[in-house]
Amino acid sequence: MPPSPTAARRTRRLAPYGFLVPAVVLFAATFALPIGYALYLSFRKIEVKGLGLGRGARGETWAGLSNYASVLSDTELLHGAARILGYGAIVVPVMLGLALLFALMLDARRTRLRGFSRLAIFLPYAVPGVVAALLWGFLYLPSLSPVHYALGALGLPEPDLLNGGALFGALANVAVWGGTGFNMIVIYTSLRAVPAEIYEAARIDGCSELQIALRVKIPTVAPALVLTFFFSMIATFQVFGEPMTLKGMTNSISTTWSPLMKVYQDAFVRGDLHSAAATSVVIAVVTLVLSFGFLRAANSRTRQEAS
Amino acid sequence: MNKRLVAAFAAAALSTTLLAGCGSSDDGGDGDKAESGPVSLTYWAWAPGLDKVAAIWNAGPGKEAGITVTVKKQASGDDLVTKIITASKAHKAPDLVQAEFQALPTLVSNDVLADISGQAGDTKKDFAEGVWQQVTLGSDAVYAIPQDTGPLMFYYRQDLFTKYGLSVPTTWDEFAATARALKKKDPKKALTTFSATDPGLFAGLSQQAGAKWWTTGGDKWNVAIDDAASTKVADFWGGLVEEGAIDNQPMYTPAWNKALNTGTQIAWVSAVWAPGVLTTAAPDTKGKWAMAPLPQWTAGDQVTGSWGGSTTGVSNDSTHKDAAVEFATWLNTDPEAVAALVKNGGIYPAATAAQTGDALAQAPEFFANQPDFYTKAAEIAKTTAPGAWGPNVNVAYSAFKDAFGKAAQDKAGFGPALGTVQSTTVADMKKQGFPVAE
Repeated sequence: MPPSPTAARRTRRLAPYGFLVPAVVLFAATFALPIGYALYLSFRKIEVKGLGLGRGARGETWAGLSNYASVLSDTELLHGAARILGYGAIVVPVMLGLALLFALMLDARRTRLRGFSRLAIFLPYAVPGVVAALLWGFLYLPSLSPVHYALGALGLPEPDLLNGGALFGALANVAVWGGTGFNMIVIYTSLRAVPAEIYEAARIDGCSELQIALRVKIPTVAPALVLTFFFSMIATFQVFGEPMTLKGMTNSISTTWSPLMKVYQDAFVRGDLHSAAATSVVIAVVTLVLSFGFLRAANSRTRQEAS
Repeated sequence: MNKRLVAAFAAAALSTTLLAGCGSSDDGGDGDKAESGPVSLTYWAWAPGLDKVAAIWNAGPGKEAGITVTVKKQASGDDLVTKIITASKAHKAPDLVQAEFQALPTLVSNDVLADISGQAGDTKKDFAEGVWQQVTLGSDAVYAIPQDTGPLMFYYRQDLFTKYGLSVPTTWDEFAATARALKKKDPKKALTTFSATDPGLFAGLSQQAGAKWWTTGGDKWNVAIDDAASTKVADFWGGLVEEGAIDNQPMYTPAWNKALNTGTQIAWVSAVWAPGVLTTAAPDTKGKWAMAPLPQWTAGDQVTGSWGGSTTGVSNDSTHKDAAVEFATWLNTDPEAVAALVKNGGIYPAATAAQTGDALAQAPEFFANQPDFYTKAAEIAKTTAPGAWGPNVNVAYSAFKDAFGKAAQDKAGFGPALGTVQSTTVADMKKQGFPVAE
């Protein structure tokens, strides 16, 4: 018997929800639930009774907003934020500038060994961050570095790269070395998607290769630049592995050097999951507001230019 | 209302119910007096070769008693403390855990370790009083069986001391003079380094000077990290760093290994376990080192502190506490077990009988040139000042790394840094709700 028309309509109405189920379940289990749990933890705290020794000495209670109050008044977190701003101010422009330059050079008509160069620039991205940090760490340590050895042999001053202002450059260098290749591929891919007719038209109009690069190529890959900037911003907010790895080699990287290192320190060294959860929530909100704020501003500008 | 927000709230509500479910689960533990049938225990530890010692147990005494022990290397030192506390929150802690002395109050405060005074009270006689006091936390309870201790000693390159005409310092004044004399003879060399990444060493040095960082009086904690004794130690090392008499870079880095291996640093204030570290850090210097007692604050005194040293504890989650204590006692007091610990793990046993026993008859291979290494070590170990640890040593240690790291880098004197460690530690205790005496 064929299904009645109302039954068929109901099935049709329910079908989209059926298709949605796997995505919703995955989203809930792997995303919403952990975030919800972190939020829950951030409103709780541990309370110690008596000397705090023995059975039943610790209990969990509601903390209200006290965890958030202490996060927002934490000067160390602010200093950490300032440090990564300084770090990001070096990483993002240098990395994206190099990525754009390399992408344009690879895209230029006269470039040879294109495949090899592309791979060579991309390769550091395949090196895990911790390995990269260790590798550069060895090059930075004065008594081990061949660079310092060469400088010393030539009688030149040997810079101390792991302390003071140079530390920012040293850390940024690891990120630039590892990240340029990835960003270059993103920009290069979008360059290859530009129809050849546009260049032809530009050439007929008497454009030099340099002018094509500046006036045609860069504006057309603007969306890719926005995207890579967006990714780099988020990566800067989340910097953790490199300073964590180099920390043991120098006195100048504290255990709370970057905001995420502070979260790690709170959760896994101090054992205070609750304030770590509150800090994570604050970092997540700030990251979201700043990065999506940027994306929105950038998009509205491109839209304006297009219209 | 935003759909995402709704989802987040729903999830938060859901996780709350889930948590409530967790809370009501059974505690496990206590009702395990009558044991029957074979028992298998899990032991989280990091001392090298412990699995081999457990194998001796499993093949011999364990087989007779029907108790099998499995060693799992999860993490070491402070990382293991975190891991065990987390496991304990989920009521999934292993039966047995290796814990350093300074971690005991933290573990007890987090309700990880069981009071085993009922089963292990008699074991007290096997250990020196200062050592035993650290596993009772000054109470009637017993929270672990001591395994090894780390009395501080002075290690130096015998050959280079002769070359530069230096004599082994017996007081800290002589130590400073030796550091300056070496700098004068060869500015590229340093006697040693002050490592801001090793708070355990500074704690031991303060202990030698008479500091007691955490004590309890009545129902309050006293925190005295910046007391006169510790300030004296901080000023001493800060002064040496400030004038450039010693290096200021951290230990346990590739650069430090190289400095030891090439003789750029020619001495090391370290603990009895140093031969093991030197074996891997400075392999080319085998047979060139010698060990002497730690320099003293007052000439003629004989006191040392300790750096490290660990215990075997039984967790509250264990359903076989009697069996676990039986193994822990055997592991740390039985001559065969202790001998195997020394041989496979290179540890210095805490049990007094073992310190003069056959297990330590031979000097470590790296110190073959000093055949009476362990006889000397046993003499020094007897003079160890007791440690006084509190429930947030981890916080104090990380505050130390940051504050002293900065001070060592700026060569700015260590007094203010010590004050920062004190205030950070007290603030954390107050925040958690510990009663702290002002």
